[in-house]
Amino acid sequence: MSGDGTSERSGRWSEGRVEPPAEGARSGARPEKLSGDGTSERSGRWSEGRVEPPAEGARSGARPVKLSGDGTSRAQTVLRTVVLAAGAIAFLFPFYYMIIGSLQAEPDPTPTGAFPDPSNLTLDNYADINSRIDLLQGLVNSGIFTGGVIGCTVVFGVLAGYALAVLQWRGRGLTFALALLVQVVPFQLLMIPLYVLIARDYGLADTHLGMILPFAINSTAVIVFRQYFLQLPRDLFDAARVDGAGELRLLRSVALPLVRPVLVTVVLITFIGPWNEFLWPFLITKDASKQPLAVSLANYISNVAATAANPFGAVLAGAVVLAAPAVGLFIVFQRYFTSSNIGSGVKG
Amino acid sequence: MTTVPAGHRAGARYRSPVRRRRRGLLGRQPLGLLFSSPYLAFVLAVFAFPLGFAVWISFHDYFFAAPGAEVDRPFVGLDNYRDVLGDPDVWRSFRNVAVFLLINVPLTVALSLLLATALNQATRLRTFLRVGYYVPYVTASVAVVGVWLFLFNSNGLVNRVLGPLAPDPSWLINSTWAMPAIALYVTWKQLGFYILLYLAALQNVPRELYEVAATDGAGKIRTFFSITIPAVRPATVLVLLLSTIIGANLFTEPYLLTGGGGPNGASMSPVLLMYQLGIEQNSPDVAAAIGVILIVFVLLIGWLQRRLAGGDET
Repeated sequence: MSGDGTSERSGRWSEGRVEPPAEGARSGARPEKLSGDGTSERSGRWSEGRVEPPAEGARSGARPVKLSGDGTSRAQTVLRTVVLAAGAIAFLFPFYYMIIGSLQAEPDPTPTGAFPDPSNLTLDNYADINSRIDLLQGLVNSGIFTGGVIGCTVVFGVLAGYALAVLQWRGRGLTFALALLVQVVPFQLLMIPLYVLIARDYGLADTHLGMILPFAINSTAVIVFRQYFLQLPRDLFDAARVDGAGELRLLRSVALPLVRPVLVTVVLITFIGPWNEFLWPFLITKDASKQPLAVSLANYISNVAATAANPFGAVLAGAVVLAAPAVGLFIVFQRYFTSSNIGSGVKG
Repeated sequence: MTTVPAGHRAGARYRSPVRRRRRGLLGRQPLGLLFSSPYLAFVLAVFAFPLGFAVWISFHDYFFAAPGAEVDRPFVGLDNYRDVLGDPDVWRSFRNVAVFLLINVPLTVALSLLLATALNQATRLRTFLRVGYYVPYVTASVAVVGVWLFLFNSNGLVNRVLGPLAPDPSWLINSTWAMPAIALYVTWKQLGFYILLYLAALQNVPRELYEVAATDGAGKIRTFFSITIPAVRPATVLVLLLSTIIGANLFTEPYLLTGGGGPNGASMSPVLLMYQLGIEQNSPDVAAAIGVILIVFVLLIGWLQRRLAGGDET
């Protein structure tokens, strides 16, 4: 995390290839730590692996007999797909159950209740929750909170990401290290001082600004922008510089028009933070008309649910309304939600 | 600014004498500092200053006063820490979060690595699988808590399916099961994020390693333990660290799933206690001290994990 940004990155890239020997070297240097847990046995295998390449010819001859493709038999592939699909269905079941439960006139927790029963379907729960908490107002507040964060993240994140990737200035390495570090600063330590500062000292309780402030620029997004600009061909920038374009013009005419593909990723990862956030807006909004939907629904769950005719139905109806925008957005744009984008944003 | 494009392409820009000569006080392109200044100001205002302020509060007699009122907030040394360490509720909340971490962290690492390894090789149903495993992560905890309350209440679907095996009292109001139930919930909820981190790491593992293992006659399981696990070790260190930090941050789930840390404080988390003491009961100084102690524990655990997982590379 220390030192210059780019050298750090090149270290990471080669890491995968460099690691095996490093591992062997380490276990050799400190046998007392690694022996006994099977690691020395493993490092033996590593060195075996490194000696292997000369036997290339023998290997390719032996492979077709036993293996296909990545070394998996057809039966294994089918089994893996079935197990993974079953797991995914289990993961999705609570969401299905959320929708079913929100439509039940009478809550039916029996196993048959997991299937839609036409005689027990109603939209009353949605009307019911809407009469308790103003769903539209909640959605608007969540939207302002989320929109504010996305706006700040995109504008200031592009600038910072561009500066970190393309420009050379004093403090660049430090800024990059900060962006990585900030992602592991736990909110529990910031909760009290931020509350004191924002709600008490600045008087921003019950305001959208107060909600947005601690989340304003998403550090993961800054790094995603940086990684994106880093992988653009340098010639692009150099050619424009040779043509006499100033740095500002370079940003406006070269970098920004190219940023669109990564914008979707950034908006997605930034969206789920504030939209789903509960603790912070809960701390600083007491006025119901300013609360994001997550906060008003949580207050309903913890305070008034017990008095409703069908408490679960109403809670689940509210849950569907709160979950729908995030889930919908994710499903539509899921191909932008990739491991390489987000993994690099966290690890740098 | 005239530069030498070839030097750039060769990646030699750090050692380029051209650059060293032109380097000003703020570097060759001070505009970078200007572009980054909003972000730096944000980090200073929202992270750096509050961090210092939290420590300051924890050493003073701090309380909320009416706006504009001039109040004295004397330095009290370690008094707040003494209060915290003498409070059995605090100890219990730390024990609870330890139980949580002991269940959540190993389960998270094992499941996310296994699922990521399988997903990395999957060729069919990719979109469906992605949506399935990531959706809990992208959904608000407040929304999903509603379903879990429905599923796990005394009369809920889970207990009906379990029949006589269902715990009595039910999961979330049972002092033994409340914390494990929360730990399972959070594991399920966050798993997609860690799968994503592992997938990124797996894509950087050179394929030759697997080919070599296959030639050696190593089976799937052997390959997983001898190749995959060592190769993704930096990712494992990251997953351990992040799941520990997120776990220590536990608030929403005990607040909503178990009605404010119930039954009888059996699922009280330190952050929930900080909220109750600091904001509801006007003792932000004591709450800040709990926060500082919690962070020290998290750092300690993180350091131990790094030592044990051997992740010096991250």
